[in-house]
Amino acid sequence: MPKKLGLLGKKIGMTRIYSEDGTAVAVTVIETGPCVVLQKKSVAKEGYDAIQVGFGAKRESRLNKPDAGHAKASGKGGFYHIKEFRIADPSQFEVGQAILVSDLFKVGDIIDVSGAVKGRGFQGVIRRHGFKGGPSGHGSMFHRAPGSIGCSAWPSRVIKGKKMPGHMGTNMVTKKSVTIMDIRPEQNVLVVKGGVPGAKQGLLHIYTK
Amino acid sequence: MNIIEQMEQENMRHDMPDFRPGDTVKVHIRIIEGNKERTQLFQGVVIRRRKGVMGASVTVRKISHGIGVEKTFPLCSPRVDKIELVSEGRVRRSRLYYLRNLRGKAARIREKGIN
Repeated sequence: MPKKLGLLGKKIGMTRIYSEDGTAVAVTVIETGPCVVLQKKSVAKEGYDAIQVGFGAKRESRLNKPDAGHAKASGKGGFYHIKEFRIADPSQFEVGQAILVSDLFKVGDIIDVSGAVKGRGFQGVIRRHGFKGGPSGHGSMFHRAPGSIGCSAWPSRVIKGKKMPGHMGTNMVTKKSVTIMDIRPEQNVLVVKGGVPGAKQGLLHIYTK
Repeated sequence: MNIIEQMEQENMRHDMPDFRPGDTVKVHIRIIEGNKERTQLFQGVVIRRRKGVMGASVTVRKISHGIGVEKTFPLCSPRVDKIELVSEGRVRRSRLYYLRNLRGKAARIREKGIN
């Protein structure tokens, strides 16, 4: 388990910025933090060191009693999204402390961003696995089908992990080594180079490197 | 969308003249060669304007030594020093791709206000 600290964020969308020499850079705008520390976990008690943080304030009337009880110690209300980050030393954080984007990151840092990619539904092998497909014309009757999926008498079964049609998307994907182009601490906004997984308003996990 | 709109409002340029497809414009381009910087001019007819804030662009077409040349400039790019409006043209569509198939006299555009 990687010992990485991070934040939760929400993808706002994409835009473009220009560097001074005129190079256009496509950037993603992420609203991130403040993430409130809800619980500290230790080797002695839970068997591992971690902090649990909450992101996205939830109205009190929306909280059920167990969630309200769990969030009580932090004194900052409930949250829609809760995540643990395994770190080596949880003692540097206090329960109820809000971790801001400016606490962890600075412009030029390299980070990892994970999110759930957009759902593609049931897809064939060409879109899902990048198969080439057959010729469209010249009498060909083989277009987008996967073709043979294995041998005959031996092993007389389909090997595990064979690429086949099926549901595509909604899985968690991590984009590694993303450069931070800009930080706006007063708006809790992080601007990173390039795209990140998922739809607008989607939840993102942002990890320090 | 609010944060993005705000970022774009902060970074957008307000020094662009109001020009439309069919107009003739003079684009001053900043060119960096080594550590020297100079300005190059590109004058021609606007054949397309792409809308947007940071992504807005303009395509200018001119005939250079008998060969049609088109350049697309991002309107917010710092490489574009300034754009001057030379003359306004009267055209009936927003994308003047038909100019690519016309030569010489046929490729002229009527000036606005002259019938």
